[in-house]
Amino acid sequence: MPAAISLEGVWKYYGDYPALRDYTLKIEEGSCCAILGRNGAGKTTLLRVLAGLSPFQKGSIAVLGSKPRSSEARRAIGFLGHGIGVYEDLTAKENLDFFATALNVPKEKQTVSAWLERVDLARVANIPVRQYSRGMRQRLALARTFLASPRLFLLDEPFTSLDDRAIKMLGELLRDARDRGATILFSTHQLREAMEIASHVALIEQGKLRHAGERTREMLEDPGFLYREHTELGGL
Amino acid sequence: MNAFSQALSIARKDLAIELRTKESLNSAGAFAVVILLLFSFAFDLSPEETKDISGGLLWLCFSFAGALVFNRGFAREMPNECLDALLSSPLSAASLVIGKAITSALLLLVVEAISFFVYGIFYDTNWLKQPWSLLAVCVFATWGICVIGSVFGALTINLRLRELMLPVIIYPLLIPLLIASIEMTNLFLTNQAFNFMWLRVLLVFDIVFTCLAVALAEIILVN
Repeated sequence: MPAAISLEGVWKYYGDYPALRDYTLKIEEGSCCAILGRNGAGKTTLLRVLAGLSPFQKGSIAVLGSKPRSSEARRAIGFLGHGIGVYEDLTAKENLDFFATALNVPKEKQTVSAWLERVDLARVANIPVRQYSRGMRQRLALARTFLASPRLFLLDEPFTSLDDRAIKMLGELLRDARDRGATILFSTHQLREAMEIASHVALIEQGKLRHAGERTREMLEDPGFLYREHTELGGL
Repeated sequence: MNAFSQALSIARKDLAIELRTKESLNSAGAFAVVILLLFSFAFDLSPEETKDISGGLLWLCFSFAGALVFNRGFAREMPNECLDALLSSPLSAASLVIGKAITSALLLLVVEAISFFVYGIFYDTNWLKQPWSLLAVCVFATWGICVIGSVFGALTINLRLRELMLPVIIYPLLIPLLIASIEMTNLFLTNQAFNFMWLRVLLVFDIVFTCLAVALAEIILVN
C-alpha cells in the first residue's frame, strides 16, 4: 500500500518550544489511524501541519504524494479542527450550500440535502446555526467535512459534544469512508471509540512519537494498555 | 471553479451574513451620517467654502467608515475557526482576500450613497451635476480602499488591537488615492471638466494593490 501521509524528521516550533520533535511516520492509504496523547502532546499541531495550516521548520511531509497546502492536497483533504468551521449567522443549508460551491461538489443541491438527512439536521436546516445545540453544530461540522467525499480526513477530536447516537453515526460515516478507500487520521481522548474504529494507532507524548502501529486486540480489550506500555508518564 | 468565481462565492456568503446581521452597514452608515451632521453644525460655511471642502470631507468620512467595514471582513471568519475551514479547502488565499474586498466595496458604496444623500440635504449642494463621473470615482476609489483594507485586515487578524492597528497602518498608504478622489470629487461637485491625470492615479493605484493582494495573500494568510 502506498503511503497517504509520510513525515520524515519533522520539527515544528512555537517560538523556542518544539511542539513536534523529529517526527517520522507513514500512514498507508485506506487506513484509519487514531492519534492519541494527553493535552498538549502535539495532536492538534500535527493535524494542522498536515492540513497546511501551520508551517513546519525541519523535515519533509508528503500528503497523498504532494506537499501540504498544495492545491492537489487541499482538493483531497477534509479537515475538521477544534472549531467547527461553520457560520453561526447562516442556516445549516446555507452553510452547506456555500461549502458545496466552494468545494466544487457535483450535484450540489442533492448532495447537500442528502447530508442534512444523514446527520439528522434536515428538519432544522433553515434555522440559523446560532440557535443549535453543541451536538447539532458538531454534526453540521461533520457534514461539512464529509460533503466533498475527500480522500483524506484530518479530524481533530471529532467525537467532542456528540451523544451516543451521534457517536454511532460518526462511526458509520468513518467506516463508510474507509470502505470507499479514504484514509482517516483523527485525534481523540475517547479511547474506547478510537480503538473500535481505528486500524492503526499513534501515540504522542510531549511532541514525540512514542508508538505507531496496528491496533491490536489487547488495545481493543483494554484501551488504557497503550498508555501504560508506551508513555514515560505511565498509565491512565 | 476559477479564482474569480471563488471570490464571488466568498462575497455572496459574506453579503448573506451581513444582510442578516447588518453589523458593518449599521455601524459604518451611522458613523458617516453622524460625522456629516456634526460638521454641518460645527462650521458655518459659505456655499463656496462648502464646495472647496466637500471632496475632503466626504472622502475622509468614507475612508473612516471603510475601516469599520473591512475590520469585520476577516473578523467574521474567526468564530468557530471558519478561516481554517476555508484555508484547508481548495479555495485559494487570493480569492479569499479579493472576495472580502468585493464585499467591503459593495457595503462601502451603499454607505457612500447614503452619505451623498445626507450631504446634499445638510450642505445644500447638488451632487448630481456629473453623476456618472462621480460614480466612476466612487467605484475606483472604493475598490482601492477596500483591497488595501482587506489585505491588511488579513495581516492584522490575530492582533489584539486589530481595530486600532488597521486604520493606523492603512491610512498612510491611502494618501495618493485619497488625494486623487478628493480632487476629482471637488471637480464634479463644482461641475468642472474631467481630469484624466487623477483618474490615472486611481487606476494605477487599484491595479498595483490588487496585484499585490493576489500575490501576497497566501503568505499573509498561511505563514
